[in-house]
Amino acid sequence: MSFSRSRPQEFWTGARDIIPLIVGAIPFGIIFGTLATSNGLSAGATLAMSTFVFAGSSQFIAAGMVATNTGWLLIVLTTFVVNLRHLLYAVSLVPYVKELSQWWKVPLAFLLTDESFAVAIRGYEAGIKADEKSPFQHWYFFGAAIAMYVNWQLCTFLGITLGQMIPDATGWGLDFAMSVTFIGIIVPYLKNKPMVISVIVAGFVAVATASLPNKLGLMLAALAGISAGVTSENLLRNATTSQGTYHE
Amino acid sequence: MNEFLLILGMMLVTFSVRYVMFGASSRIKLSPAFLRALRYVPPVVLSAIVLPEVLLDDGMLSVGVMNARLVGAIAAILISYATRNLLLTIVVGMAVFFGWQGFVVPL
Repeated sequence: MSFSRSRPQEFWTGARDIIPLIVGAIPFGIIFGTLATSNGLSAGATLAMSTFVFAGSSQFIAAGMVATNTGWLLIVLTTFVVNLRHLLYAVSLVPYVKELSQWWKVPLAFLLTDESFAVAIRGYEAGIKADEKSPFQHWYFFGAAIAMYVNWQLCTFLGITLGQMIPDATGWGLDFAMSVTFIGIIVPYLKNKPMVISVIVAGFVAVATASLPNKLGLMLAALAGISAGVTSENLLRNATTSQGTYHE
Repeated sequence: MNEFLLILGMMLVTFSVRYVMFGASSRIKLSPAFLRALRYVPPVVLSAIVLPEVLLDDGMLSVGVMNARLVGAIAAILISYATRNLLLTIVVGMAVFFGWQGFVVPL
């Protein structure tokens, strides 16, 4: 690996690295386009939602609420709750984006999703580990995020126009690409007990609270996992320092 | 339904949540303890997304050999643990999932 990649190299590497997550999102984009229009949202508003909101889970929930004639304000408030998890992603990325200009922060924030977060933070942390902080790593983040964005627009458009003719996209199994990609990102983190504990706690809290509306279960699971990790880290440190063996 | 207000509102709340930390990031000083806690965010959030996807089928817990996602996920965990290779993990995990779903589950 070269010490420092150029802007286009970073951009295209980011776009390449997010491909498995794009594959996983394809059925959802198509289903969203089909579902939103059949639920009574106009084709223009359906496209505009993907273009200007660009947040899959909340778009699905909004489409469902449109079908039950919920008022726009309640849908907006629900969207806020569903998307709160991005606060957690953004704060994790603060150390890496703080030096960027607002010209970068605005588009990167606008394009922040579960998927672009996963790819971007992995890239940043790999850069730190290899001690080769590329000056253009935000281009990697941008490349990944923009590729995800373009795909989401195309799939929404496909869903609106050809959705009725496309056989049930939920049955394809392509969405599983997201699960295996995330597994491949998670496992290398599991190098010490606190990490293992935090991941197990988060996973099981998420399963137990999956029936909660508006992704609240995900937030609860994340907070429980982080607390479990920090707590066990502190307990283990206290245990080892009292034996006089722990050095940081 | 006022579609214009709906999309404008959704756009504003979503962008605000995503942007507030970035926008203020040059003025935010994160304590070492907080930064330490943040290291848990990626693996914790991703596993909170994955586990329900793998273990729940229409909201019901599904643990057994008929759950092709679970079998594919276990294969992916093993490959990732053994090789640390992301692409290989994805390819093998998907192959095991599709193979299991196509050939073993219908038996």
